[in-house]
Amino acid sequence: MLKEVLPAIRATLVLAVFTGLLFPLAITALSKVLFDHQANGSLVFVQSKLIGSELLGQSFSKPEYFHSRPSAAGGGYAGEASGGTNLGPTSKKLLDGDDSFKGIGALVKEYRTENHLDESQKVPADAVCRSASGLDPHVSPANALLQVERVASARKMPPERVRQFLNKFIEERTIGVFGEPRINVLKLNLALDSEQTQGDRVAKQDKE
Amino acid sequence: MTAVGWLQITVFALALLLITKPLGIFLWHVMEGKPQFLSKILGPVEQLTYKLFGVDAQEEMNWLRYGQALLAFSCVSTLFTYAILRIQGLLPFNPMHFSMADAPSWSTQVTPDLAFNTAMSFATNTNWQAYSGESTMSYLSQMLGLAFHNWISAAVGFAVAAVLIRGFSRQNTAGLGNFWADISRFSLYVLFPAGILYSLFLVWQGVPQSFDAYKVATTLEGVSQWIPLGPIASQEWIKMLGINGGGFLNANSSHPFENPTPLTNFVQMVSIFALPAALTYTFGKSVGDTRQGWVLLSVMLILCLAGTALCYSAEAIGNPNFDRLGVETSSKVLGDSGGNQEGKELRFGLANSALFADVTTAASCGAVNSMHDSFTPVSGLVLLLNMQLGEIIFGGVGSGLYGMLIYAVLTVFIAGLMVGRTPEYLCKKIEKKEVKLAMLFLLVSAFSILALTAISTCCDLPAKGFLNPQGAPWNNINNSGPHGLSEILYAFSSATGNNGSAFAGISVNTPFYNTLLAVAMFAGRFLMIIPVLVMAGSLASKKLVPATSGTFPTNTWLFVVLLTGVILIVGALTFFPVLTLGPIVEQFLMHEGRLF
Repeated sequence: MLKEVLPAIRATLVLAVFTGLLFPLAITALSKVLFDHQANGSLVFVQSKLIGSELLGQSFSKPEYFHSRPSAAGGGYAGEASGGTNLGPTSKKLLDGDDSFKGIGALVKEYRTENHLDESQKVPADAVCRSASGLDPHVSPANALLQVERVASARKMPPERVRQFLNKFIEERTIGVFGEPRINVLKLNLALDSEQTQGDRVAKQDKE
Repeated sequence: MTAVGWLQITVFALALLLITKPLGIFLWHVMEGKPQFLSKILGPVEQLTYKLFGVDAQEEMNWLRYGQALLAFSCVSTLFTYAILRIQGLLPFNPMHFSMADAPSWSTQVTPDLAFNTAMSFATNTNWQAYSGESTMSYLSQMLGLAFHNWISAAVGFAVAAVLIRGFSRQNTAGLGNFWADISRFSLYVLFPAGILYSLFLVWQGVPQSFDAYKVATTLEGVSQWIPLGPIASQEWIKMLGINGGGFLNANSSHPFENPTPLTNFVQMVSIFALPAALTYTFGKSVGDTRQGWVLLSVMLILCLAGTALCYSAEAIGNPNFDRLGVETSSKVLGDSGGNQEGKELRFGLANSALFADVTTAASCGAVNSMHDSFTPVSGLVLLLNMQLGEIIFGGVGSGLYGMLIYAVLTVFIAGLMVGRTPEYLCKKIEKKEVKLAMLFLLVSAFSILALTAISTCCDLPAKGFLNPQGAPWNNINNSGPHGLSEILYAFSSATGNNGSAFAGISVNTPFYNTLLAVAMFAGRFLMIIPVLVMAGSLASKKLVPATSGTFPTNTWLFVVLLTGVILIVGALTFFPVLTLGPIVEQFLMHEGRLF
């Protein structure tokens, strides 16, 4: 056994340096050259201020924005605490909630009130189920469609216009096969904001 | 369920079948040390490696020497990782100052028991994580402490499989190959080139690769949000290909930074199965009959697809309690964005979440793209059983193949009993010694899972004590009722199977669980490798006996059926009682609307 210890020590050091230092450093250098934007976290800047990453979801509560799914990451969309609820299908807490946690039942009611929906309107699963990472950047098209009226009235835009916008932002399956149709909430909200600033500017110019 | 969902599953299976043969042939060349297309470029590096190790790579080792080298290497590298984790606060590449006086308030300390658990976890290819990556580990700990083990534990698994293959293909010899040559060749010719291409692919798709500190963004609504960074891509690929499964970030492959697109998700799933699938072909080629390999692959694929189908349909049917509250879950309306969406990501949907979950537990990977704890009970049952069968449905790199071969030995033994002949497998007589070792292999796994689960469900501990501040170990669970038992059972099944996924609601970062789970991981790895090495030694010393008309053929569909049957019967008999108390009863209660 002792005869093998020296090679074991040497092998550990050699392989650790190679796989644990040289390899990641080389990949970092290559990524920097080839895919700088992605390697740095696909960051989004508005007027050179960092507002997030296009891959990570964020919380929205204002009526003029489309809202993301509920999130279990920290207090909601906390980047330092990714994760889901880890509550099982027979969990009372998951369905009925408790003092510090909104159950699915409460989320359904909240969603209906926010969007002025009927008591009988069924709420899409993704609007009330928390994602696995707590940072899911997407909502389903069905979920977004139910939010159109609210967003349109808050922005004083015709609902038809908002719906057209939304349709442009539906990401389809990769080569028609992989994944599910979805909408990146941050990208959609950003586009709505910039559309509106442009719209306002045009309106201003018209007045002048 | 949707047609396109089933299509995605079919494309996955076809992709796997397509790569099995070419990759299997390549692995055979690497295993035998034969020249292949990379030898010209990397050959000199291989020779340099042996010089640096100070070993003679030509020297043939018997099973005992081979085992000693393997254990010495695993032991030294585990201590190395333990040390790195403990002193990470003093080392470079720690921009978030983890384990330092000015660490962020949301960070976690690396205590001795957590470092021990983590070192054991990565050394055994388990990658069970009692910590959250983004709030605990420095970049150096991730690269040098953890990713390093992801490489070498995969290489060690491959080496053990190579030894068992040689046990079947060689005769009248004690020599089973050279441990140092096996792990070096595999790391250099297989992992290294794959790693370069795979990591760059991931970065292209959006996985970060950076040494900068985390960024603070101000969201559109003016809230601050941390954006974690790190050398993620260079660790992500080996986490999948090496079937390790330990995420850089807490949410693992469900995190948009680890698995940003449906395309990365597909590649990640294929890469989990790639090496164990290919190894079945390598095995067939080595023993001179590739049909022997395809038989093993068929059994694996049948069990895997059956599990996936069950999981997918259960998730699509969803949770009736959701419907009662007014949630739209029907696939007719929402496609695969409906059903049980709790703990799932929309870019993957139900089909990819169910497939990934089945693949990651059938293989001993343990990466997750959805939260298993929130799956419906029937799906949870599939995932538990995948691990409890001994991680043989593709399994780990190498460990899947040698586990499956143990079952094959058992199957020919049982078939031999039925017809009253001395059993043979691949022209080797299977005798008392081999069968004893096969049974030892199976009993270690069953004992570790069941006994340790039992201890955790019935031994009381003082509250606020050192071992478990929560008091009794069952207080650590996140769900009550049968689901709580499933959480504990899942933890020990995962640790023993060297899987590493979790019903993650359970709080396991306490000295009690950290230590007990480390014991389970150790047993599930090394106490199973040793019987395999002994069996390889015994088989290699026997001569090959030519097949006669009385030999039971093991390259036919009949054998596929028998082997599948033996696996299911052994697994079911061992684990049915405890599964009844967990997921099975929970499924009925869920439909009754009982909550806990």
